[in-house]
Amino acid sequence: MRLIIKNGRVVDPANKIDGVLDILIDKGKIISVRKNIPAKACQVIDAKGKIVAPGFIDMHVHLREPGREDEETISSGMKAGAAGGFCSIVSMANTNPVADKQEVVKFILRKASEEGIISVYPAGAVTKGLKGEELAEIGELKEAGVVAVSDDGEPIRSSFIMRCGLEYSKKFDLPVISHSEDKDLSQGGVMDEGVMSTILGLPGIPRQAEEIMVARDIKLAELTGGRLHIAHVSTRGGVELLSQAKKKGLRVSAEAAPHHFALTSEAVKEYDPNTRVSPPLRSHEDVEAIIKGLGDGTIDAIASDHAPHSLEEREVEYSLAPSGIDGIETEVGLALNVLYHEKKIKLVEIIKKFTTGPAAILGLREGTLSIGAKANITILDLEKKWVVDKDKFFSLSRNTPFHGMSLKGKAVMTIHQGKIVYNEINNG
Amino acid sequence: MDWKRKHLLGLEELEVEEIEHILDTTDSFREISTRAIKKVPTLRGKTIVNLFFEPSTRTRTSFELAAKRLSADTVSISAQTSSVVKGETLKDTARNIEAMQIDAIIMRHSMSGAPHFLSRCVKASVINAGDGCHEHPTQGLLDIFTMREKKGSIKGLKVAIVGDIAHSRVARSNIWGLKKLGAEVIVVAPPTLIPMGIEEMGVKVCFSLDEVIGKVDVLNILRIQLERQKCGLFPSIREYSRLYGVTVDRLKKAKKDILVMHPGPVNLGVEMAAEVANDPRTVILEQVTNGVAIRMAVLYLLLQ
Ligand SMILES: [Zn+2]
Repeated sequence: MRLIIKNGRVVDPANKIDGVLDILIDKGKIISVRKNIPAKACQVIDAKGKIVAPGFIDMHVHLREPGREDEETISSGMKAGAAGGFCSIVSMANTNPVADKQEVVKFILRKASEEGIISVYPAGAVTKGLKGEELAEIGELKEAGVVAVSDDGEPIRSSFIMRCGLEYSKKFDLPVISHSEDKDLSQGGVMDEGVMSTILGLPGIPRQAEEIMVARDIKLAELTGGRLHIAHVSTRGGVELLSQAKKKGLRVSAEAAPHHFALTSEAVKEYDPNTRVSPPLRSHEDVEAIIKGLGDGTIDAIASDHAPHSLEEREVEYSLAPSGIDGIETEVGLALNVLYHEKKIKLVEIIKKFTTGPAAILGLREGTLSIGAKANITILDLEKKWVVDKDKFFSLSRNTPFHGMSLKGKAVMTIHQGKIVYNEINNG
Repeated sequence: MDWKRKHLLGLEELEVEEIEHILDTTDSFREISTRAIKKVPTLRGKTIVNLFFEPSTRTRTSFELAAKRLSADTVSISAQTSSVVKGETLKDTARNIEAMQIDAIIMRHSMSGAPHFLSRCVKASVINAGDGCHEHPTQGLLDIFTMREKKGSIKGLKVAIVGDIAHSRVARSNIWGLKKLGAEVIVVAPPTLIPMGIEEMGVKVCFSLDEVIGKVDVLNILRIQLERQKCGLFPSIREYSRLYGVTVDRLKKAKKDILVMHPGPVNLGVEMAAEVANDPRTVILEQVTNGVAIRMAVLYLLLQ
């Protein structure tokens, strides 16, 4: 059945389109984008007053399958993604077993295609077992379908191994995604180092633990000509280093996570384990720098770093809690609430961070509403007021510091290859 | 005043009036400890659990005596900090204890924020007997009580806290309480043991004991732990002692009526010379005595 989305404000940065238009979809592809398409023998979606954007991509998601299916399965993660407004997600390699072999990547892809709601693009490991010692078979991983390589969760401590990873991945044109943390400096830190960690008596992680690694990796990108992507940049210094690297013309990109622009280390005040995340929540000044970096293009993508954890793991002393936020279902709401409504980053710029930004880094032919493209579409209601309720998550886990927060703006419909996979438009 | 608070987790959240009320209540309880029969029936029928995840004979004994002198029933549990993967979590432990119908849990724990977590798990009152590097409110209170007793008032008092400020819960509780009551606080330590941003808590920072010793009314000396040296924060106990130890010579430069305090146990010859520990201006044992009275006051106010 043909689908027509009528009267929405279509914002498609890839084609520089911003206007009230209709979109006709057939056989999972975009057939036409223009005014007043006649709705004959079509299912009609009235998107009046809403934003119709290319399908959103989240390039940093931790699915827990294989290994911790109690926290998230490939299937539940995909449903959570669809509910969060995403048509495509990148799964990180730190599963158990690690995605450092073809079999694991193929398993993820097979499971995802059986589920079929949205697209999952696996990232493979840079090193075997994420140990940072020997390169994984990156060529074979690429053949199996990975779109990037990353040891995320862990930094690659050895500068030499990181060099090899960046160099070797050039042959496959894969970006190396870096979890930038100097673990010798961050020691056993559990939160941002500053007056808050001093007051709370919790071991701190200085910003420089991130910045030293970002600086090192940029230097290695310069040395190798490899493609470097900095995951979850959280500090002002990190943004500055990226800005310099980009000015030099290095092949460097970056993403920021919603919690790093929506919260500061003040949120740790009551020792809520849900505020523990790596890199940690930083200061107001860092938040401002992240927002500025998103606005001026230094940061290319917004990615959730969705990291589900079970309740038992979270109901412990702060220092024993694992790091990570279950964030894919609050991501778009936070971006719209904080960046659009409060900080006034232009909507088209925000949409780029979810579409053309990640698509370019990952080499995906997505994030566009071009004629003939996959009909992946995210519909936003900028004015929708809602309250985050963790008990309504599609994700199997509930570890969010945003529970109970009132937000304005939400993804209200997700269409994946012409099929409506999430719908909260009343007239839908 | 009307006491409303159910838990004592730290001095940071207490109002000035609450701190003063605890100190005033302590005055009346101290008298009980000097009687031949050191017991009042105030908390008869109440059950208090001492839950200690770190060994501390002094603090535990002090709380136990305080509870007994108020006629409460007490149980002491020495527990191991269990990992998340194996064994009992703090939540399980707490729930199990609470199922035995208890009124208060006094907890010592190696991790900052553990009592806050505990207070969310149980209905009983939670008293923080020291959590990680965060706070040790009853120690802070007994230090302040002793200063007030000896000096008349806290307002305008100059207090130097000397030692491992970065890892000290005693320092933090002292800072909050003293600042609220109007004292001037200087923290003295090697730069590696001064935590980031501490000036924002309203204190001055000084790296030299010699510079401040002549200017202050009170020296509160912290115990230095050998592990800190092993992880690289300072070169040796010997050098620490030479730079930050309170020696007889250093004490000569102090005001005549200086008050020297230490939460104990003292590493004699390291942070404090034996002669200094025996000096009449050093009040370590009075701190211990006052500790019982402070804890009686706290238990009374929280459980009455
Ligand atoms: Zn990471």
